[in-house]
Amino acid sequence: MSGAAILELASVSKRFEGLVANSEVSFSVAEGEILGLIGPNGAGKSTLFSLIAGALVPTAGTIRFAGADITALPAPERCRQGIGRTFQVPRSFDSMSVLENVMVGSFVRSSSSSAARAKAAAVLEFVGLAPRAASFAGALTPPEKRRLEVARALATEPKLLLLDEVLAGLTPAEARAGVDLVRAIRARGITVVMVEHVMEIVMPLVDRAVVLDIGRVLAVGSPAEVVRNEAVIAAYLGERHRAA
Amino acid sequence: MPHGEAATAESFRSARVRRFLVAALVFAALALSPLAIRSVYLQNVLVLTLLYAAVSQSWNILGGYCGQISLGHGLYFGIGAYATSVLFVTWGILPWGGMIVGGVLAVAVALLIGYPCFRLQGHYFAIATLVIAQSGLVLMQNWDFVGAARGIQWPFGPDSWWTLQFARAKTPYIEVSLALLVASWLATVLIGESRWGYWWRAVKDDALAAESLGVEVFRSKMAAAGVSAFFTAVGGGVYAAFLAYIDPDAVMSFRFSLLFALPAVLGGIGTPWGPLVGAAVLVPLGEFSRSYLGGSGSGLDLVIYGALVMAVALARPQGLLSLVPRRRAAP
Repeated sequence: MSGAAILELASVSKRFEGLVANSEVSFSVAEGEILGLIGPNGAGKSTLFSLIAGALVPTAGTIRFAGADITALPAPERCRQGIGRTFQVPRSFDSMSVLENVMVGSFVRSSSSSAARAKAAAVLEFVGLAPRAASFAGALTPPEKRRLEVARALATEPKLLLLDEVLAGLTPAEARAGVDLVRAIRARGITVVMVEHVMEIVMPLVDRAVVLDIGRVLAVGSPAEVVRNEAVIAAYLGERHRAA
Repeated sequence: MPHGEAATAESFRSARVRRFLVAALVFAALALSPLAIRSVYLQNVLVLTLLYAAVSQSWNILGGYCGQISLGHGLYFGIGAYATSVLFVTWGILPWGGMIVGGVLAVAVALLIGYPCFRLQGHYFAIATLVIAQSGLVLMQNWDFVGAARGIQWPFGPDSWWTLQFARAKTPYIEVSLALLVASWLATVLIGESRWGYWWRAVKDDALAAESLGVEVFRSKMAAAGVSAFFTAVGGGVYAAFLAYIDPDAVMSFRFSLLFALPAVLGGIGTPWGPLVGAAVLVPLGEFSRSYLGGSGSGLDLVIYGALVMAVALARPQGLLSLVPRRRAAP
């Protein structure tokens, strides 16, 4: 399962004016793995996501994807190279149908509309949104919008998929369906990096977890190792709990 | 409801056939309309309606599909009108050629404007286009080679399709305006079905999400601006031939920039039929109010337009076309 590193971050930092969102973040993601990026609110998870996807440029450090330095590449180029992402707050194209939303993604690999349409329909089938293909994206329920985000990103045929809190705010049944979807995506050979802050959902799903706190890497390891880590317990539960 | 790849492709094909059939019927009816509408006054209104519909359709490509609201399309219209007039009057180049030259010039200008301005967000882009178009107007008012504020009079000659000059007949101008409307409609629909069309709408709805899906946002805007400017300038050339006399205020005042945006907004922005529906309401309304309430230049027609657009914006923000019940959302 753990093949060569598909994504490597080396001392990646991001500052906004005086605020340090990420500081000296280094870790790597193996091909085919599901990696969880966890941490309390404000830990810098979403910023780090944007740095990997190219929506933001790091202040320092390098990001390598499939062996090549992509630190300076703009977002559309990273998408072409095989990095797909979803947004924490769904950003659907609301004037378009669900199918058309996904077609925007599939146009990255095929310039013909009929090929893009066929692929979008297949992706909708895969994520379970096919019955909603003709609806306007704005009419979807919040869990459906999350699925649409995933479908759009999958249509770009990514090697690495970045999922930003796709399981947050779902009912237990919806969350279980979401977990199954993430497993099905990995079964297709796609490496997954997912941000979540609900530990109970992510821990059984991920192969490894990276814990961020105040923009720094607190711990890296298997879920079992991470939940026993002293620093992680302190960050999540506070100093007093550890002392007790 | 059946779904899956085959059903999706099938429902798309049948919707597409329906759309082109409706278009063929509408355009055929318009082409034959001079047979029923004999009054020269009404034929005149029809020419203007079709011409504004065509240019508003061109505006719609950039403003409606790609979401970049331009308040300066009068500039491209003026470039087309002036290129056509100067080439014909000075060098005897037929207006058909002049329109194409004007179109190409307008594309070049649109790309020059777009290069810095497409980095601006939201209203700043609209304001920039307005200011640039007004500067162009002042430039033309003072440029002696093109007649400055005196304008350019087309020479009198026999009626001819070559020179697109007809002393009395309006029907040729109806057909030429309609041809331009058909061309801009086809461009809108055909490009709209292609990757560019999807990119434009993605840019309009959410540029950040679009970029994450591989959409080249800047290039999309530039392409939309180019196509939009081309058809707008050709429309300016047709208008110049129709008037046979142009001056800066007659072809490129702010009024035009506004009147190219309004029909699309009124009829349904970002839809293939919105501009025609909007122009069919606005242009006759403006012409009738001018002839019955007296005097052009009073700006009364603009007051009426403004009231109408406000009413639509409040009651039906998606435009008049949204009153037509839809079978279902297009897949």
